[in-house]
Amino acid sequence: MSALPAARAADAAAPAVRCRELTKSFTGAGATVHALRGIDLDVPRGGMTMLVGPSGCGKTTLISVIAGILTPDGGECVVLGTELSTLHGQRLLDFRGRSIGFIFQQFHLVPTLTVIENVTIPLIINGTPTPRARAAAAEIIAEVGLGDRGRELPGVLSGGEQQRVAIARALVHSPALVVCDEPTSALDHESGQMIMALLRRFVSLRQATIIIVTHDDRILPFADRIARMDDGRIVGIDTEATAGGQR
Amino acid sequence: MVRFAHAQSRLLNTDGIIVNLIALKMLFGDRGKFVGMVLGLTFAALVMTQQPSIFIGLMTRTYAAIGDVPIADVWVMDPGVQYVEENKPLRDTDLARVRGVAGVAWAVPLYKGIINAKLPDGQTKSIILTGLDDATLIGGPPALIEGRLADLHRADAIIIDREAAENRLRYVGPDGEERSLAIGDEIEINDNRATVVGIGVSTRDFILVPKAFTTYSRAIDFAPPQRRQLTYVLTKGQDGEHPGTLARRIEAQTGLKALTSAEFEQLTLDYWMTNTGIPINFGVSVLLGFLVGAAVAGQSFFNFVRENLVHYAVLKAMGLRGGVLVRMVLLQALIVGGIGYWIGVGLTALFGTFMRDTVLAFRMPPALLAFAGVGVLVIVLLSALLAIRAVLRMDPAVVFRG
Repeated sequence: MSALPAARAADAAAPAVRCRELTKSFTGAGATVHALRGIDLDVPRGGMTMLVGPSGCGKTTLISVIAGILTPDGGECVVLGTELSTLHGQRLLDFRGRSIGFIFQQFHLVPTLTVIENVTIPLIINGTPTPRARAAAAEIIAEVGLGDRGRELPGVLSGGEQQRVAIARALVHSPALVVCDEPTSALDHESGQMIMALLRRFVSLRQATIIIVTHDDRILPFADRIARMDDGRIVGIDTEATAGGQR
Repeated sequence: MVRFAHAQSRLLNTDGIIVNLIALKMLFGDRGKFVGMVLGLTFAALVMTQQPSIFIGLMTRTYAAIGDVPIADVWVMDPGVQYVEENKPLRDTDLARVRGVAGVAWAVPLYKGIINAKLPDGQTKSIILTGLDDATLIGGPPALIEGRLADLHRADAIIIDREAAENRLRYVGPDGEERSLAIGDEIEINDNRATVVGIGVSTRDFILVPKAFTTYSRAIDFAPPQRRQLTYVLTKGQDGEHPGTLARRIEAQTGLKALTSAEFEQLTLDYWMTNTGIPINFGVSVLLGFLVGAAVAGQSFFNFVRENLVHYAVLKAMGLRGGVLVRMVLLQALIVGGIGYWIGVGLTALFGTFMRDTVLAFRMPPALLAFAGVGVLVIVLLSALLAIRAVLRMDPAVVFRG
């Protein structure tokens, strides 16, 4: 009887993401690019981890692998206790749909759908009945401060507002892991700070794990951990003690 | 995991409606592209229905003279006849031979020939003169708007087709005014006096030569002397006699060609189809319409999907199945195809309505709607297949590219 709580405790203590010797190469135009050259990385549950490094160092490839939309050539990637290489086809889609939220640099909102319709998409994909999906979407849209804009199309919103909608969409189905690709690079400083404050608040409220790929040094103070990458490798980890202080 | 498999399966049922709505909103939301796609398909559907409708209308006219004599079951003619306007006369005795075949209820002579006519103002025109059996007047125009068929029994009497009277046989009167040929007017047919006693209405035919009707004996008088004058023998079978059977029996006993009305129409149609470039010309038009429509609509649809590829990739990253994405693209293609098809067909129908009772031939049978429907379906399915290929082959990591 005591084994189950012990297992749960061990599960909770396990990192949200655990990568070992992760490799990924791309071949094109006669040349092979080694994007990941043996990544070892642990991302603890909860909190905000940022991946930083120069362009082409493999950051985007790494979060694509962690999010289960790229298959690594070698190594191991355990996300939320599941080794991704064991998931294929429908099971992988289910895992992504249920467990992972996405925030993109260019927001990628469907321009012909209203704000509320965009936000309901992850719930609809997960089979939530439409009335419940719309209610949950309306609630989180209000939480990101756009309660009165639900019926508008993304095109009429500012960049910061669109990114807030994207955050609402990423979090509406309460995923355990959220991956963000340059969430502030298309925004001005003020909007960027507001978005990061919002993400931090959601990290605390929903106890999600957030991994952010960024070039934007101004948002580094929001991080709990910063993983520095170069040439397809993790070259350093700044932990909470050294990372930043806007939490 | 079971819960999510269940959830996905529900996407194909009730909640699938929402995914369909998303697909439709993506489609209708991009108005420029949507209009472009619909216009392309409308054009394709229009050309695929309008041009064949004119073609079918035109081809139908080739055998109009046969359809105008519905009372005849079997047409008997020279074995060399290939189409209804072809004049290869029979011997007068052939009429009696046909009458002697078992199962024939009646058989009457019909003369058809192209003869010169001189109008009151001196113009000379070629006309098709039809000579009807003196006793029964079988083979006349289906309707008369002035006069009576029986007036043909009056001296020198002829009936003129309305289309001819009002257009091609117009003449300049003594007062200098141009006028239609009317009852009481006198013309000369092959130097014989003929008086108009009626204006008939017959189906427009293909060769557009003015039509006139008179009795068989008078037609023989009008016509240039020939050893043989009888063009057709129109025959009716006795009650219960199958026209096809009767035709074969007449052929067997007389050595002449005997065709049911339907067979004769088909023979005439085949002649014009195989001996003129009309089918090729219209076929090329239809093919070009199909290709242009396919190119415009197909490319617009493919571009629409390609520009939305990142959104499909986002949906896929979020866990939407490839099969559902395929269904979304198919739905979009079918909706665009359906709208373009109905607008195109509607425009063709409108065109046909406006062209009714004009010189332009037009006939749109239901089979043509099916033909155009299949054509549009081929276009949208081909473009959808290309688009689906792009959706299924897309790299989902595209979502992380700025």
